Amino acid sequence: MGVLAMSEESNIDLYRRRFLGATASAAAGLAVAPGVLLTEVASAKPDDQAVTSDVRWGMLIDTNMCNNGCDDCVTACNEEHNLEGFGRPSTDAQWIRKVTLKDKHTGFVQTLPMLCQHCEHPPCVDVCPTGASFKRADGIVLVDKHICIGCRYCMMACPYKARSFIHEQLHDQVPYAPRGKGTVESCTFCVHRVDEGITPACVEACSAENHNAMTFGDMNDPDSDISQQLKQYSSRQVRADLELNTGVRYRGI
Amino acid sequence: MKQLEFKEIDGGKPFYMMLGFMGLFILAALGAAWYMEHNGHWVTGMNNQIVWGTPHVFAVFLIVAASGALNVASISSVFNKAAYKPLARLSGLLAIALLVGGLAVLVLDLGRPDRLIVAMTYYNFKSIFAWNIMLYTGFMAVVGIYLWMMMERKMNRFTRLAGFSAFIWRLVLTTGTGSIFGFLVAREAYDTAILAPMFIIMSFSFGLAIFILVLMGMYKWSDRPLGDSILFRLKNLLGVFVASVLYFVIAYHLTNLYITENHGVERFILLDGGVYTRLFWIVQIGLGSLLPLALLYHPATGKSRGWIGLASLLVIIGGLAQMYVIIIGGQAYPLEIFPGKEVISSFADGIVGSYAPSLPEVILGIGGVALALAATFVGVRVLRFMPASLADEDVDPHYSATEAEATA
Amino acid sequence: MIKYSLITLIVSLLLGVYTPGLAGDASSDEASGAGPYIPKAQHRYSEEQGCVEPTGDMRANHMKYLLHQRDATMHEGIRTERHSLHECINCHVSDAADAPRVDSEKHFCNSCHTYAAVTIDCFQCHADRPVKTPFESRLEEGDQTDETDANPAAAPAPEQLRDNGGTGNE
Repeated sequence: MGVLAMSEESNIDLYRRRFLGATASAAAGLAVAPGVLLTEVASAKPDDQAVTSDVRWGMLIDTNMCNNGCDDCVTACNEEHNLEGFGRPSTDAQWIRKVTLKDKHTGFVQTLPMLCQHCEHPPCVDVCPTGASFKRADGIVLVDKHICIGCRYCMMACPYKARSFIHEQLHDQVPYAPRGKGTVESCTFCVHRVDEGITPACVEACSAENHNAMTFGDMNDPDSDISQQLKQYSSRQVRADLELNTGVRYRGI
Repeated sequence: MKQLEFKEIDGGKPFYMMLGFMGLFILAALGAAWYMEHNGHWVTGMNNQIVWGTPHVFAVFLIVAASGALNVASISSVFNKAAYKPLARLSGLLAIALLVGGLAVLVLDLGRPDRLIVAMTYYNFKSIFAWNIMLYTGFMAVVGIYLWMMMERKMNRFTRLAGFSAFIWRLVLTTGTGSIFGFLVAREAYDTAILAPMFIIMSFSFGLAIFILVLMGMYKWSDRPLGDSILFRLKNLLGVFVASVLYFVIAYHLTNLYITENHGVERFILLDGGVYTRLFWIVQIGLGSLLPLALLYHPATGKSRGWIGLASLLVIIGGLAQMYVIIIGGQAYPLEIFPGKEVISSFADGIVGSYAPSLPEVILGIGGVALALAATFVGVRVLRFMPASLADEDVDPHYSATEAEATA
Repeated sequence: MIKYSLITLIVSLLLGVYTPGLAGDASSDEASGAGPYIPKAQHRYSEEQGCVEPTGDMRANHMKYLLHQRDATMHEGIRTERHSLHECINCHVSDAADAPRVDSEKHFCNSCHTYAAVTIDCFQCHADRPVKTPFESRLEEGDQTDETDANPAAAPAPEQLRDNGGTGNE
């Protein structure tokens, strides 16, 4: 019974693997522009395989292409995870937000999306007393809400103010983005999509509208689009002085 | 010096009424905690910008004061000052009681207080918070053993060792508490090593102020004599501690004022932070440091119980204000994510965080204080923590009957 | 004499009330006068077995499976479906608009848990009913195109493993 069960399980995943392999080859011919291609994100890993540090997920945001009035990435994220607002901006959760910057001395104005930077040395992971805030092997920083006690120390520690605390009872969570009262959350790099070989919702939305300000990919793969862009163009981390080696890099700041 | 006799306080109606009175505050705090947990924290003043509010101000104050309250016992056991020996037991009891009060407030404000077991079984040892959880629970055990050594005649020979262990433990504990803030790189008001020793000296000051008030209150309540010699030693010591805290505050701000990138937060706290600036100058510095120094050392007021009591109370109020400025003021100042830029966003970037203490938070905080006092009260009723007499002739090692008559 | 007969009476009454519940069939639709009302699942796992594990095993060990799975999914990104809460919900809870939510005793999980007086807090965070979102549709589309290029040597097609009904839950 047990053996049969095991093979049943892996067969279902075998089909998933083949499906995504099929789509990759089909879509390769349909590639319109970087970012639209769903499985640009390397080949999806099989369901029963653990993530490894062979991959390091990263994002490159080109602020020169980021429109001042646009917040497609924010809308996409809110819809993807059903981040219901309660009309209380000070306590409503925000996983990604548009930030408008005006240089105090020159007056230059630009906007960019700010989200969890998925640092390599995350302060939020260092300070969490229970270890609920953790970094996955592939670099994605997550909150294990099963052991989060809601102390909010990680929110104090994050230099990017990426984390939100859930201040009220929630009822309409989507299945792949569990979130609940009294725990802390932040951008997950759409880990549920990434594990299935699909780019995060924000990046997809940005590309769908052809703004092409966001690129997502494996920074450990020298042939990936993001690695090539990082090598070719100047980019930097926000608060690079903290030496956290963030997974999110920006061009044009 | 006569043989020292320790005695429980009397029970009876006044005792139960006092306990009932404190019980009301504790019940209210439990109700407030339930209200906050059941509805979610949106009913409080805390939000995504100011994540630690009034409960944390009270909790950290009580925890810091708890370690300081043990000072009197440490002076007697570690530094061998005979004059403080009668006070050691009460000092230990107060330390445990204050810690329990502070921890209760801290735990009840968690987003998931039902997960306390998780907090005590899953540890991330890189987190100073995790270390603090172990230090706090260990402190209660260490001080408990210390009290046992003091109170059981057979074990008295171990008092020195237990006292020394408790002394080291509480230094580590308070360093840990200061480091909760000192280790954070994200915020300009924190991210500094000076917070650890500053919290240590704050603990000395607040703990002793509370000890003096509790001592005076308990002896008045139980109609027992409290001599001047003990009281004046304590109040002089309090003055030294208050001055030391002031020194650390000056050092902290002077350093920040020199460092250009910290000018923003210094301007905020010292000049245009509104409520935080007022709390800093008027309450923390004025009422909480300078005025008590004057009251404690001025010949006209320094020898009067009323003024000493008032000075201690002012130190406590100043201490609460100092915690408020550090914890909430430190969070209110916006994060410098993009130095040199004005920042606007939908997530309150670039603007001062708004916070107003809400009623449930304040009730929870006060409940913690009530719990600490109630625990002390029950302790002195049930066990022999308090000497029957602290009159000069009984406890002053340098007492001389003829001298006393001459100055009377 | 009277005391002993009273005790016997009470004990037999209690047994009479609770025993049917203890020996109750997990797939019972109606409350047989005792025991919880357990709603019927949307699908069967296979001809021989209703759930992914035998019923008795599930009743005793479902928490162990879920706890192990959650750690594997959370920390290692292992998203196998057999023991995932997501799949439990997809099968056991109806997605009809008026289907009972977890605060009701008629919700699958709560039907037993209320009866056994064991609080569950999974649904503080987790969705308590299947939700059709664009992401889920996308995943499903993948599974339904499998037959076209399936390698016959590899394994039997999904239909032979379980009765999928119409929704094609993966």
